[in-house]
Amino acid sequence: MNFPILSSLILLPVIGALFLFFTKDKEGNNLTAKYVSLFTTIVNFLISIYLWISFEQSTSSFQFIEDREWINGFINYKVGVDGISILFIILTTFITPLCIISVNNTIKVRLRDFLIAILIMESFMIGVFCALDLVVFYLFFEAGLIPMFLIIGIWGGPKRVYSAFKFFLYTLLGSVLMLVAIISIYWISGTTDVMKLYELGIDAKYQNLLWLAFFSSFAVKTPMWPVHTWLPDAHVEAPTAGSVLLAAILLKMAGYGFIRFSLGLFPIASEIFTPLIYTLSVIAIVFTSLIALMQEDMKKLIAYSSVAHMGFVTLGIFTIQQQGIEGSIIQMISHGLVSAALFLCVGVVYDRMHSRLISSYGGIVTIIPKYSVLFMLFTLAALGLPGTSGFIGEFLILMGAFKDNFLVAVIASLGVILGAAYMLWLYKRVVFGKLINTDLTKMVDLNKSEYFILTCLAVPTLFFGFYPDPLINTIEVSVNDLINTYNSNLIKK
Amino acid sequence: MENLNLVLSEIFISLSIMFLLVLGVFKKDSSKLIFNISLLVLLITATITLNETSNINRATLFNNSVVIDYMSSLMKIITLIGAFLVLVISSNYLKTFKIFKIEYPILILSSVLGMMVMISSNDLMVFYIGLELQSLALYVLATFNRDQLKSSEAGLKYFVLSALSSGLLLYGCSLIYGFSGSTNFDVISNQLNSTNYVLTFGIVFILVGLAFKISAVPFHMWAPDVYEGSPTSVTLFFTMVPKIAALTVFIRFLYVPFLNLIDQWQMIIIFLSIASMLFGAIAAIGQTNIKRLIAYSSIGHIGYTLAGLATGSNEGVQSSIVYITIYVIMNLAFFSCLLMLKRNNQYYEDIDDLSGLSKNHPLLSLSLLVILFSLAGIPPLAGFFAKFYIFTAVLEQSMYFLAIVGLLSTVIAAFYYLRIIKIIYFDKEKEKYDGDHSLWLKFSLSFSTILILLYFIFPSQLIEVVSRINII
Repeated sequence: MNFPILSSLILLPVIGALFLFFTKDKEGNNLTAKYVSLFTTIVNFLISIYLWISFEQSTSSFQFIEDREWINGFINYKVGVDGISILFIILTTFITPLCIISVNNTIKVRLRDFLIAILIMESFMIGVFCALDLVVFYLFFEAGLIPMFLIIGIWGGPKRVYSAFKFFLYTLLGSVLMLVAIISIYWISGTTDVMKLYELGIDAKYQNLLWLAFFSSFAVKTPMWPVHTWLPDAHVEAPTAGSVLLAAILLKMAGYGFIRFSLGLFPIASEIFTPLIYTLSVIAIVFTSLIALMQEDMKKLIAYSSVAHMGFVTLGIFTIQQQGIEGSIIQMISHGLVSAALFLCVGVVYDRMHSRLISSYGGIVTIIPKYSVLFMLFTLAALGLPGTSGFIGEFLILMGAFKDNFLVAVIASLGVILGAAYMLWLYKRVVFGKLINTDLTKMVDLNKSEYFILTCLAVPTLFFGFYPDPLINTIEVSVNDLINTYNSNLIKK
Repeated sequence: MENLNLVLSEIFISLSIMFLLVLGVFKKDSSKLIFNISLLVLLITATITLNETSNINRATLFNNSVVIDYMSSLMKIITLIGAFLVLVISSNYLKTFKIFKIEYPILILSSVLGMMVMISSNDLMVFYIGLELQSLALYVLATFNRDQLKSSEAGLKYFVLSALSSGLLLYGCSLIYGFSGSTNFDVISNQLNSTNYVLTFGIVFILVGLAFKISAVPFHMWAPDVYEGSPTSVTLFFTMVPKIAALTVFIRFLYVPFLNLIDQWQMIIIFLSIASMLFGAIAAIGQTNIKRLIAYSSIGHIGYTLAGLATGSNEGVQSSIVYITIYVIMNLAFFSCLLMLKRNNQYYEDIDDLSGLSKNHPLLSLSLLVILFSLAGIPPLAGFFAKFYIFTAVLEQSMYFLAIVGLLSTVIAAFYYLRIIKIIYFDKEKEKYDGDHSLWLKFSLSFSTILILLYFIFPSQLIEVVSRINII
C-alpha cells in the first residue's frame, strides 16, 4: 500500500489546526471551531481504526513504513507501526475527540486557541508512537512540550505558572540527556534508524551510559519515583482536557519508550538495571499509594494513583516475560481510558461546585445517580476489579513478576490492596455518606455530552475487561519477537 | 596585474560610500535618498559577490593577503543581507528618534566594508585593518542617539574596552610575527613549530581580542551595557552582523595557520564556549530589560557557536556557520517584534511591557512564541536544528563533557525564554500598541518567523549550502 496513512494521521490534525487558525475567534461558545476540530479528530480516529483493521497481526515486522530522505545523508523521516505502537495510536485518536467534546463546559476563554493546541498536541503524540527513527522520535517527544505548556499555563488553575514551568523544565532536563545519547548512537552505530539498530545491536560497552540517558528522560515522563513531583502539580492546575491528555497519553510515551528503546536497543544494560527499575517501581507503587490515601484534593489523588499505576507498568516491562510486557501494554491502555474517565468525573463535579476538595462533597448518590454509577465503574476499574480492563493489566503484570522475582511481586501485590483502599475511600467520601453540604442538592446530573463521553470510555473498559483478546492478539507477536530479540542479543554479546 | 574582479564588491561598496558622503554634503535633506541608495548598494554588492565568486574555488590576491573562497563569499552574502534587513526595518525607529540622518546608512556601509575585508583576510595586517574599520563605524553607531545619556555612555564604553582588546590583539600579532617572520596566514602555517610556547602566547592574545569582539565570556562585560544603551536598530545590528564577520575570522585564524596547534587552543575555545553558554543562561534570568536580556542570550548563543569551532573538524565549522545563520534569522525576527512595541511615538523595551500581549496582539505574540521557543532550542523549530548540528559535530569528536554542559545550559536558558512567554501569554494585559508598522517590518517578521517555523520541512537545504566549505 502506497498511501502514506501514518503521515496523514500525523498531518491531519495540523491541517485542522491551520484551518482553525484562519477562522475568526469568537468570544464564548465558538461552534465553528468546535465542529471543525471534532470533525478532524473523528476522521483521524476512523483512519486509525482502518489502520487497525488492515494491520497484519501475524507478523512482528513493522508495517505501513514510510521512509523519506530528510536531513540528507544523515537522518531519514521514517515511520511505521507494529503491534505495540498501533494500540497507542488508537488510544490517542480515541481520547482526543472526547477531550474536544469535554471542553464544552470547562474552557471559557480563547476556545479556538485551546482547540488548536489540542490538535497540534494530537499530531505530536501520534508522531511519537509511530516514529522509527530516534531523531524523529525525539523531535515529536519534545515538541509536545510546547502545546502542553500553553494548555497548562493559559487555561490552568491559580498556580498554573508554577506548574507549567515545573512540567516543562523537568521534562526538558530529562530529555536533553537523551538527545546526547541519540547523537552518540549515531556516531557509534552510524544510523539512528530503529529497525537497523535492532539488527545491528549496540556495542556492549556503551550500553550502560546510553541506557541511563534514555532512562533519565523516560523516568521523568513516566513519572517514576522520585522524579514524579511535577505530575500532581501539572494535573491539579491543568484544565480537565489537559489533565486527560496528560494522564491518558503523555505518560504512555515513556512506557512505550521503555519497551521500544530501552529493551529493544540496550538489552545488556536493561538486564543490569532491572533491579533499579524494580526498586523504583515498587517504591512508586507502595509509597505513592500511601500518599494518595492522604490526599484531600480529588485531582491530586488521581494523579498520585497514576504514578502508582505507572509503577506497575515499569515493573511489568522489565520482567521481560511475555505476560509482564503484555500486561504493561494493556495496563497502559486501560489506564489511558480509566484515568481519562476519572479526571473527567472530577471535572464534572468541579464544573458544578468549583471545588476539588473531597471534604466538600458527600452523599451525592441520590442527587446525581447517573454520575455515581459511572464514577463507580471507573473507580472499580482503577482498582483492578475483575471484569474491567484494569484487572487484565495488573493480573498479567503480577503474573510476569512472580515468574521473575517473587519478593517484588509480593510487595507489588500490596499495592493492589492499597489501590483498592484509596479509590474506594475516595468514592465513599464523595458519593456516599451524609449530605452535609446543602449546596450539593442543586447539582444537576450529567448532561448529554458528559454522559456520552463517559459512556464512550466505559464501553471499552468493560469490553476489554471481559474480552481482552483483540488487544492481546494485536500485541502478542510483536512482544514475543521483542523478547526473542532481547534474549538473542543478550547471548550474542 | 591582480585580478581585481575578485574584489569588485569591496571596490564597489567603498566607491559608493565616498559617493554617498559627497552626495550628503552637497544635497540638502538627502537622508531619505541616501538611505534608499544604501539599501540598493547593499543588494547590488550581494549580487556582485554572488556572481563573481560562485565559480571560484580559491583565489588569493595582493601577495596572498586576501583570500576569496567559497566560505568568504558565503559569509559576505550573509553579512550583506543581514545589514540590508537591519537597515530596512530600522527606518521608522530612526525617524521616531529624529536620528534619521545621512550618516547612519553610510556608517553601516563602512562597517560592512570592514567586515568584508575581515572575512577575506589572509593576513594579520589586513585582518586588523578590516577590524578597525568596522569597529570605528560601530563606536559611532552606538552613540548615534547622542542626546541620550545612555547612548553616549554605550559608545564610550564600547570604544574604551574595544580599544583595549585591539591592543591585546595587536600585541598577539606582533608576537606571532616575531616568531614566524610573517603576518601571512599561509606563511605562518609553514613556519609553525609546535614546541614554541611563545607562539602560543601570541595565539592567546589574539583569541582574547577576538573573543572580545564576539562577546564571549569572560570578555563579555561590555555587551549588556552597549546593547542596552544603543538605539534598538543599532543593537540589532550589533547582535547579528559583526558576529558573522568575527566568527569567520575566528574560523580562518584557528584553522588556517594554527590547526596543527589544536592541542594548544582547543582547551581555550572549550572554556570560552562553556563559560559563555552557562553564564549567558544564568545571567539572563534576572534581567528586566529586553535588550539586556538579548545581550546575555547572544552571549549564550555565541557559546554554542564556539562549541562547534572547538571540534577542529570540518563538520564543526559547518555546524557553527549553520548555527550563526539560524541565530541571525531568529534575532532578526525577535527584534522585528521589539520594534513593533511602539505606542504614542515611544518604544517600549522592558519585559513587563510585554505583559498580556497575546490578548491585544495575537499574531505578534504567536510570532514571539515561535521565536522564543526556537531560541530556547525546542523542536521542531529551527533553533533546535541549529543546536542539533552543533552537538552532532561535538559528539563526533567524543567531547561528551562539552555536549552535556551545553545541553544542560539550554535547560537553564529555557527558563528565561519561558518567562517571557509566561509574561506574554499568562499575565494581565496592558494598553494596546500601535498597529501601523512599515511594510518591511511586517515582511521581515513574518518571513523570518515562517522560516523558523517551517525549517524542519527542508532541513537539508542550508546544510547543503554550507557543506561546500572545506576549510581543513
